[in-house]
Amino acid sequence: MVAETEPRARGAHVRRPSSLRLVWVYPDLLSTYGDRGNLLILERRALLRGFSVEQVLVHADQPVPRQGDIYLLGGGEDLPQILAAQRLRADGGLADAAGRGAVIFAVCAGYQLLGAEFGGEEGQPVAGLEILDIRSGRGERRGVGEILAEPDSALQLPRLTGFENHRGVTTRGPGVAPLARVLTGVGNGDGTEGAWAGRVLGTYLHGPALVRNPALADLLLTWVVGRGGGVGASRARGGVGASTDRLQPLSARDEQWTRLLREERLAAVTVAS
Amino acid sequence: MGKLPMRARLATTLGGAAGTMSRLAGRGDGSVIGGVIGLRVEPDLLALLAVGRQIVLVTGTNGKTTTTRLVTAALGALAQDVATNAFGANMAEGLVAALGRAPDAPLAVLEVDERHLPAVLKATKPRVVTLLNLSRDQMDRAAEIWLVARRWREALAKAPGTWVVANADDPLIAWAASSAARVIWVAAGQRWHEDSWCCPECGSHLLRDDLGWRCGECSFRRPGAQWVLDGGSVIDSAGRVSDLSLTLPGRANRSNAVVALAVAEVFGVEPARALPRMREVTSVAGRYTRLARRGRQVRLLLAKNPAGWLEAFDVLDPPPTPVLLAVNAQGPDGRDTSWLWDVDYRVLRGRRVFVAGERRLDLAVRLEADLVTFELVEGVDDAVDQVPGTSLDVIANYTAFQQIRVALGRAE
Repeated sequence: MVAETEPRARGAHVRRPSSLRLVWVYPDLLSTYGDRGNLLILERRALLRGFSVEQVLVHADQPVPRQGDIYLLGGGEDLPQILAAQRLRADGGLADAAGRGAVIFAVCAGYQLLGAEFGGEEGQPVAGLEILDIRSGRGERRGVGEILAEPDSALQLPRLTGFENHRGVTTRGPGVAPLARVLTGVGNGDGTEGAWAGRVLGTYLHGPALVRNPALADLLLTWVVGRGGGVGASRARGGVGASTDRLQPLSARDEQWTRLLREERLAAVTVAS
Repeated sequence: MGKLPMRARLATTLGGAAGTMSRLAGRGDGSVIGGVIGLRVEPDLLALLAVGRQIVLVTGTNGKTTTTRLVTAALGALAQDVATNAFGANMAEGLVAALGRAPDAPLAVLEVDERHLPAVLKATKPRVVTLLNLSRDQMDRAAEIWLVARRWREALAKAPGTWVVANADDPLIAWAASSAARVIWVAAGQRWHEDSWCCPECGSHLLRDDLGWRCGECSFRRPGAQWVLDGGSVIDSAGRVSDLSLTLPGRANRSNAVVALAVAEVFGVEPARALPRMREVTSVAGRYTRLARRGRQVRLLLAKNPAGWLEAFDVLDPPPTPVLLAVNAQGPDGRDTSWLWDVDYRVLRGRRVFVAGERRLDLAVRLEADLVTFELVEGVDDAVDQVPGTSLDVIANYTAFQQIRVALGRAE
């Protein structure tokens, strides 16, 4: 994380209209479990398909830009999570972006704070952003370990693999679907894992999730570039299949290490029958 | 041992015997089993063994073992026996075993696991507590570091008789130590900033410049330091400059050394007397040693967490010296490998990089994303055989490091 330790010109951000804007929200508060990996994998998979990518890192004392394409939120400890929720509520930028249909991908603490409320360091309820109709509280014990889950068939994704480490229990309101059904692990605590509605998707999976599940990364990219007239669509000629709105597959060479890692991780977990 | 109550004496004797048997049986260095048995017989054994001694506790995420070693070396100037847990057994059992092995030592320098500091502080009533740094480490089982800092803060507020030697450059450390009655601040530097972007007091973004850090919103800021690491030198509390010239390599060890010097001064040992002894420390628990293997020199560096990897990168011989990276994810390593994505590997571009360990595929994907070319190898000998030159640096996490030590100890 060395590159971002240098001070950046604040407010001096010039938008290049045709690039895919990846906004990492509060890496100073919410980046506890290698969350940079999700950003790097989205960037890599977009670059390999010819998109140009712009990374925007937003610190906790900076306004959240309204015009991003994909917003990423990572995991964090209890106290930073509470601070992040307070600041994001006061800022309003993320909720605005969600309202405009931007893609949001949130992990663990970031996933919880998208909801109506979550549990604080003493288990007390803390108000969230109400972007996703979910509620989280503290469970009896921590779920720690490899997790394997079968995704919602509507998403057309292969099995999800990740590592979870949380004490959260999450319930969904109507209109929010679980991201997956848990095969091994804890997830939301009711046999499901994560949640999604529209273009907002949250999960307890570290690993990081998009490193272990490149198809999920591609889904997020598709939600952006497959949108009519959306950002990046003009640069994506040949990259997006017009009929399916799916991205062009990467070469076997570009996928080789990802594929091997994924196979290893899937094989490392036995599915409880 | 004459001052100990009967049951404590029995507990120590039984524990000592068990440690000896464990060593004789080749089941380890005996630094834990004796403590386990002793504590079972007398739960207050740590407090009882601490009575009447002047104790130094050393804690923090990285540098505990090395700093403990450097403080022990410096206190050698007092020509008194020093009890110490030199092998890194840093929970209650290891501390009991270390004190039990040296019942008559008036001094003790003890490395303490971060989570156990409050309990050990209460039991041992130390003269000095040393707080080095706090950063993410083995997240699947360790307590969260903001929580650790908060518990230290509460515990130190209840220990008015203890001197705290604390790194002023680490905001979480400064926050934890600022509840203590007596603090000696050391400007030991902070290479890893990723766990301290935010004010522990109010959560706002911390601002950093050449003079240190301060909160942009509240009044929390870096305390002024009495001891300063200045390149290869130390500026002591009297303003005198001494050349460190350690044998141990790297900025992190210079930082550990300045902290150790500040501790030594509490005991009346000034840098002129401490430094020659600290320079005699050449390796710590197998780290930094150069071993001959198949006509090459192999140097082992331990890096257990992202901050540790940054420190290890600082110590690497310059390119094109090749490097072997080895990562496992067993219990002692932390089973979640996500932290690999917190390390910036781009500094390795331009040298030959070998990748090994049980989680080498995680490393492969990580390096690919940073555009670092790499080669998978089966183990350390496989890498050694492919090294064109004369030396290979190895960076490994905990169990991978132990496996490589064993492999290198084996006959060729």
